[in-house]
Amino acid sequence: MSELPKARIATASLAGCFGCHMAILDIDERLIELMKLVDVDRSPLTDKKRFTERCDIGIIEGGCCNEENVHVLHDFRRNCDILIALGQCAIMGGLPAMRNAIMHSDAPLRECLDEAYITGKYIRNTTHNVPNDPALPLLLDEVYPCSQVVEIDYQIPGCAPTGDVIFDTLFKLLTGKFRGFEREMIRFD
Amino acid sequence: MSGTEKETGFTFTIDGVEIKAHAGQTVMEAADAAGVYIPRLCDHEGLRHQGSCRVCTVKAGGRSVAACTQPAAPGQAVENETPHLTKMRRDLVEMLFHEGNHLCPICEASGNCELQAMAYRLDMTEATKFPYLEPCRALDASHPDIALDTNRCISCGRCIRASQDVDGKGVFGYVGRGIHRRVAVNGENLADTDAQVSDHAMSSEVCPVGCIIRKRVGFAVPIGEREFDKGLIGHEIEEKRK
Repeated sequence: MSELPKARIATASLAGCFGCHMAILDIDERLIELMKLVDVDRSPLTDKKRFTERCDIGIIEGGCCNEENVHVLHDFRRNCDILIALGQCAIMGGLPAMRNAIMHSDAPLRECLDEAYITGKYIRNTTHNVPNDPALPLLLDEVYPCSQVVEIDYQIPGCAPTGDVIFDTLFKLLTGKFRGFEREMIRFD
Repeated sequence: MSGTEKETGFTFTIDGVEIKAHAGQTVMEAADAAGVYIPRLCDHEGLRHQGSCRVCTVKAGGRSVAACTQPAAPGQAVENETPHLTKMRRDLVEMLFHEGNHLCPICEASGNCELQAMAYRLDMTEATKFPYLEPCRALDASHPDIALDTNRCISCGRCIRASQDVDGKGVFGYVGRGIHRRVAVNGENLADTDAQVSDHAMSSEVCPVGCIIRKRVGFAVPIGEREFDKGLIGHEIEEKRK
């Protein structure tokens, strides 16, 4: 049997906790099976910071909470045929999006940053300033789910998704057999 | 068919399956008894029917009706699990998610939540096309035994009916109109009402989501071992048919 050319995948973590990337490692020994089908391009797993070539599948963990997240997400959409939102943060904003509901004041973000760096009870911030180094990416007014920034092809739910649902979905997509999730695999927690 | 049978019992069909019913039963009551599950959120066993969430919408005689309030009629052909109705129900559930702040990963009700379980049953996994409203809603922890996180309220009104009809109290009620209609407590805070943790309205089965929280019992059952981790919502009704 002639070997099929390997698919290329890329991954990135935006406003997430890296739990979904940990969940990718929960695939365990099936990683060997998966690696027979794919090469990993840009990803924290390979430590490549840029795309070396066009990818078949891009996997995004986390939503967009700052301008750098948006740049990375656009870069993934440009360079990937299929874009997957992995986990609840990428799908609906997740925990970072909790700030959205408290941000309906006249000075968006201000309240949140003040409490985090200046007025909060348990803070030991000797500078009494909100960090403002020019190298820091600017925060967005709200945390956005990936699907509100670019077009998302598939969403793998869960916080974090199980190794099983990640492997199952990737394997079926790579072999052209994906027809939606088994109902018992759908979890939002 | 004899005259007495005509008065007491008749049959109609749901998705082509013959269902026995008697006069006075709603479509949903007859379906439940026959082991056909019709998805629902605002309806709950033991409470009066309200017909407000519309998740139980079925087609009867070509018209969309709420199965929980529609009386069963002889010979009626009811559609329940058609692709069209399933999609409409999924959209309704998705809009309920978007109307409040439903963060399953941090919610104590996750796994016991009927809204979440309905999303699982209806395959709510595709990228959303609706905006998130992200309302600013209050947390009421004034009561010594009960907390209310209204971020998660879906305004089903089950607590209102349980408090009025079962407890005879009226702790909760609707306020506002249209999209502003909310469930509110009958007082400044919950602590100012005669609410007690032993009320039926405060029991874990009445609130379908994680809005009414009984204090000091959270996470007694770990995530992953909860009601809807074990089976799809409605499976206990569907098992009656087997």
